[in-house]
Parts: sequence; structure tokens; C-alpha cells
Amino acid sequence: MKPEKTVTLKEIAEILEADILVDADNQDIEIQNACSADMMSAVLYYHAPNSVLITGLTQPQVIRTAEIAGIKMIVFVFNKKPEQVIIDMARQKKIPLLSTPFCMYSASGKLYQAGLPGCSVK
Amino acid sequence: MALNIDETIEQKFQLIGGNFNNAGESSSQLKLKLTELGADEDIIRRTAVATFEAEMNVIIYAAAGWLHYSITPQYVRVRIEDMGPGIEDIELAMKEGYSTAPDWVREMGWGAGMGLPNMKKNSDEFKIESVVGEGTTVEMLINFP
Repeated sequence: MKPEKTVTLKEIAEILEADILVDADNQDIEIQNACSADMMSAVLYYHAPNSVLITGLTQPQVIRTAEIAGIKMIVFVFNKKPEQVIIDMARQKKIPLLSTPFCMYSASGKLYQAGLPGCSVK
Repeated sequence: MALNIDETIEQKFQLIGGNFNNAGESSSQLKLKLTELGADEDIIRRTAVATFEAEMNVIIYAAAGWLHYSITPQYVRVRIEDMGPGIEDIELAMKEGYSTAPDWVREMGWGAGMGLPNMKKNSDEFKIESVVGEGTTVEMLINFP
């Protein structure tokens, strides 16, 4: 089955049993695809607009990368939570943050299974 | 679509090597400016990504540098010059996946060897000059459709 569905923040949070660290101002944001990476240049190279980033990195540059690349939401794996100053930065830039207990492989698999496609390599 | 501006808009930022907390700020400001001016969404994304990669290279590798942008009705030009170690083999550095980044840089999520190729991919014109021991200058031009 080729996934081709859009999902909302609430649906992603449910699928990934995630804590919402920064909620969305706009609950209707529709995520069209997903990108899993710890290398920010890979994200900047391969990402597509309106995507969710699944990552294990909690550095401030992750928020900045999302802002620059137009990524709509970030999910941290392994229950990772960034420092408060980074959470505040995401809130200010209106980038929702989630934290899931799953590893990157499982989190990606669950979203794929739910119909969310990956970012295509152009 | 050309931008509806009367004169060239220019801005210059100083970049400090190792300042990771503020890294990307000038790219964010350029993105904001292009958004304010009503530039095409794809152009904004390409400019922001290319500029951010160049800015991060200065933060990671150089002691300091300058980022200068100019926006005309027809194009946006970004010039980044640094006082860094320089690049020995530019052709090699342009290869996807080639990187000289040490482990601490990789642990922060950089050094995948995609930075320079990504700058080139997102620009309409891309120029790079480097002198080992002196520094590197990158100039990128993105045309408004």
C-alpha cells in the first residue's frame, strides 16, 4: 500500500503515544509527509514542505532547521525532551513539538502504516 | 514574478564562529524579509536553505565571517565570506557526502557532506572561492521567476 494521506497533530500524537511539548496554534495543520533524520543537512536536502521531522537531536539548530525548511512539526524519539529555552524558541516560532517513547524506526513505521508518505528524493 | 520594490534592499550581518545558539539568525531574517516582500514561496525556501547552509559552515568552521544580501526586483544575491581554514580541494568538497567535519560537529547534526551541494542545488548561480589559511567566499544568486 502506498501511503498518501494527510494527518493532523492530534492524530500523530495518538499514533505515537506522544506528549505534546508545544501545541499548535492552528489545530487544522495537515501534515503531508514525514522525514526521519539526525543530520540536519539531510533534512535540508531532502525535505518537502508541510512535513513532520522525526529526530533524536534536541539541539537549537533542529528548531532553526525546521523554521528555515518550512517543516511544520517535530517529533523527538526515545522520550527525549529539549531544554526549556529550546521549547520556548519553538513556541515563539510556532513549531509544535512532540515527544514519543518509540525509537526512530518504530515511530517512522507507525506513521507510514497510518498512511503518511515519506519525503521523496528529487 | 519580479518583486515590486523601488530600490535594492541590502543588509549585512557579522557571523561569529562557534556561536551555535544564534546560528541561523541572519538566514531567518532574510527569509522574513522575502516573506514581507511577497516573494514566491519556493524562492523563499530555496534562498533560506542555501543561506542557512552557508551560515552554518561559517559558525562550524571559521573564526568569523560576514553575510551580505541584496534584493533587487529581479533576484536575491547572498555573499558569505569567512576568515576560516579555507578548502583545499573544492571539487572534492562539492561531492555529496564528502565532509571533513569532526565528531563533535556530527553529534550536533551537521557534517553530512551535503552543505555545499545543497547550496548549489538551491541557487541559480553559485560561485565559490577559497584560499587555504585565509578563508572562503561563497556567492549565490536566486532569480525571481
